[in-house]
Amino acid sequence: MKRVTIDPITRLEGHGRIEIFLDDHGEVANAYFQVVELRGFEKFCEGRPAEEMPRITPRICGVCPSAHHIASTRALDDLYKVDPPPAAKKLRELFYCAHMIHSHIAHFYALAAPDFVMGPEADPAQRNILGVVAKVGLEIGGSVIRHRSYAQKIQEILGGRATHSVMGLPGGVSRRLSSDERNQIIEWAKSEVEFAKFSLKLFEDVVLGNKAYVDLILSDGYAMKTHYMGLVDEDNKVNFYDGDVRVVDTEGKELCRFPARGTAYLEHLAEHTEPWSYLKFPFLKGKGWKGFVDGQDSGIYRVAPLARLNAADGMATPAAQEAYEKYFATLGGRPVHATLANHWARLVELLYAAERLLELAEDPDITSDDIRVVPTETPVEGAAVIEAPRGTLFHHYQTDERGLIRGVNLIVATGNNHAAICMSVKKAAQAVIHKGEVRPGLLNMVEMAFRAYDPCFGCATHSLPGEMPLVANIYDHEGRLTQTLSR
Amino acid sequence: MADKLKLALYWAASCGGCEIAVLDIDEKILKVAELADIYLWPVALDFKYKDVEALADGFLDVCLFNGAIRNSEQREIAELLRRKSKVMVAFGACACYGGIPSLANQFDRDQIFGRVYFDTPSTVNPGKVLPQTSYRVPEGELHLPTFYNAVYKLDDAVKVDYYLPGCPPPPSLIWTAVEAIVSGNLPPPGSVIAEEKAVCHFCTKRKDEKTVTAFRRVHEFIPDPEKCLLEQGIICSGPVTRGGCGERCLSANMPCRGCFGPTPEAIEQGANMLGAVATMVEGKDEQALAKALETVVDPLGTFYRFTLADSFLRLRNRSLTAREAERAGAAPAPKEVAS
Repeated sequence: MKRVTIDPITRLEGHGRIEIFLDDHGEVANAYFQVVELRGFEKFCEGRPAEEMPRITPRICGVCPSAHHIASTRALDDLYKVDPPPAAKKLRELFYCAHMIHSHIAHFYALAAPDFVMGPEADPAQRNILGVVAKVGLEIGGSVIRHRSYAQKIQEILGGRATHSVMGLPGGVSRRLSSDERNQIIEWAKSEVEFAKFSLKLFEDVVLGNKAYVDLILSDGYAMKTHYMGLVDEDNKVNFYDGDVRVVDTEGKELCRFPARGTAYLEHLAEHTEPWSYLKFPFLKGKGWKGFVDGQDSGIYRVAPLARLNAADGMATPAAQEAYEKYFATLGGRPVHATLANHWARLVELLYAAERLLELAEDPDITSDDIRVVPTETPVEGAAVIEAPRGTLFHHYQTDERGLIRGVNLIVATGNNHAAICMSVKKAAQAVIHKGEVRPGLLNMVEMAFRAYDPCFGCATHSLPGEMPLVANIYDHEGRLTQTLSR
Repeated sequence: MADKLKLALYWAASCGGCEIAVLDIDEKILKVAELADIYLWPVALDFKYKDVEALADGFLDVCLFNGAIRNSEQREIAELLRRKSKVMVAFGACACYGGIPSLANQFDRDQIFGRVYFDTPSTVNPGKVLPQTSYRVPEGELHLPTFYNAVYKLDDAVKVDYYLPGCPPPPSLIWTAVEAIVSGNLPPPGSVIAEEKAVCHFCTKRKDEKTVTAFRRVHEFIPDPEKCLLEQGIICSGPVTRGGCGERCLSANMPCRGCFGPTPEAIEQGANMLGAVATMVEGKDEQALAKALETVVDPLGTFYRFTLADSFLRLRNRSLTAREAERAGAAPAPKEVAS
């Protein structure tokens, strides 16, 4: 049996690897997506004061640290049974919208765009953000850098710094917003709304305007019928910060629903372990772990932009709602099973985050001094769920009576998608690799299957000249290296 | 025109925040692309071992290495990049001092695996399945790197020429370092690229007299934002932490947790912080001291938040290469630490 190794492929909570096995006919027999790293936050957070968790857990991921910061802060609200003042909630959500904007811009332009603007099988030396800038123009490139930077600066104003912010406390935030800062944020937010609309237009022109791409997105090799999870508000609109976790089945019907605050997730989710990956595999308890299969009877579900739009009935802001409607009208209705549609869904969310950012910045409460309630309850246990850029994120803490951590459970965004990513990779490999022909462009198309899930990957990788990191070794059935491909 | 700088950026056991900090130099990133050829970008990790191996030793001018050493793969890459690079920079708190991942050094591998794969409330693992470094699936053998019993800082594994601290380093300081590298105007080897004085020296909060009878936690009261947090009883590592960060946490009314590591004169950041805290206690008799210190609920995780791998408490100055047993995972982990 031949074997193809793609190592490394990505940065999902660390490092990852794909192993593809070819049978005697050169067809894909199986593919494994391995997460090769573990840092053990669930253990070494024990003994820490709970209120320090929003400053410790962001180090799980420095690309979406604010997701951990806010999830952790909200878990502390639950731990201390405290309800923050309205201004504090709005400041957290404003901060968090800015974070979504940073992350979604970085992912779309640095990672996804090269595959579509340059083409999946383009010269790897050109298939990066600079290639994209060269093609679309320096003006657009500068605008991309500027709008990601505004989003970072908004987080820095409130959180002290853009990466690993410090403002979150049980019952509120540590710092208020001045009216000068607010005016600046309003100006930036208006610009972000226009930029998000521009990005959607760009996607329509470049991707939807090209039949080959539309065919690729809708092709069977990149589709999978799974359940979908996402946070929704009381009107079932997409929400990143609070509300209910809603799971819909492969037909789009509501399967279960539970509050984003508290430990109800344990009734609905469980995690499976495999000996060949350091990352566990969450699944829906009601369906059970059935192995790596999709379909209505499987417990495998998906999260992140594709799933969030599938799990909701719409968007809470007007322009994003229009974009949501167009998205489903074009792709044949809800739910959309096409993995590559994640990229489009991400831009719909970018527009929502920008519109919501502006709404919150213009809210009269936002410059209030009333930003903290000091907790008085004795802590025991607390949990919260938010939507990270890459999907639903669970933080769950148990403490002693002094509020020192005794137990931590974390289900991170990428973790939810772990089983689905494994299957998507296998399916894409089976679709593009035939008769033992494995060339770099085809391997990139295998990578596109997981890249659609992972906004973390390319933020940095594709930002400077250089090749995509990839080496593929092909072994014969006796383990002899017969061919090496690199790009 | 002189040859362009040959640069590599790599990440090991870290979060990716150091890469984002590099991107946060904004439009200057395009300038970096003009001045340097990037041969490896951090996220690019262990790809093309062969390509990097094929470079002549010392071919790369500078390697910016972020992240701690948590497993065998990270150590191998650190050694490879050290061979290929003229200058090795420990980039960020994890590479410099172990960072937050090194808080894991109060536990051993079995304790970490036990929690993650058996004990967490959502885990269903009746067969007690653990990840294996080598596992046979029907189609062939799959491999995972060895998870060490402890976390190491970069200079436990290889020789380091410069240290750029911070979690993550602030973009302004990154740019200072880039300019120094590009111009060749580098400080003496072994230097830490940051300020010599402590964070307190730069902090603008009002300072009066540092005496307290008890310490308080950040969530327990709303402090005066104009006044020194330590004087209000909140543990703040400003006195023992190297400056240069821009006091960003303090600007958001939150205390310093020490991500820039110890000041030059400090022997050890955590021990120095313990000393600083003790000298603040009013009365100074043994009873008053004991009573006040009881209110410091997590001295290990607070004073050594970013530097446990750099601590006297365990692995300081022990070279990774000399610890073959540890690499194989056979060595017992150090036991609980008394602060």
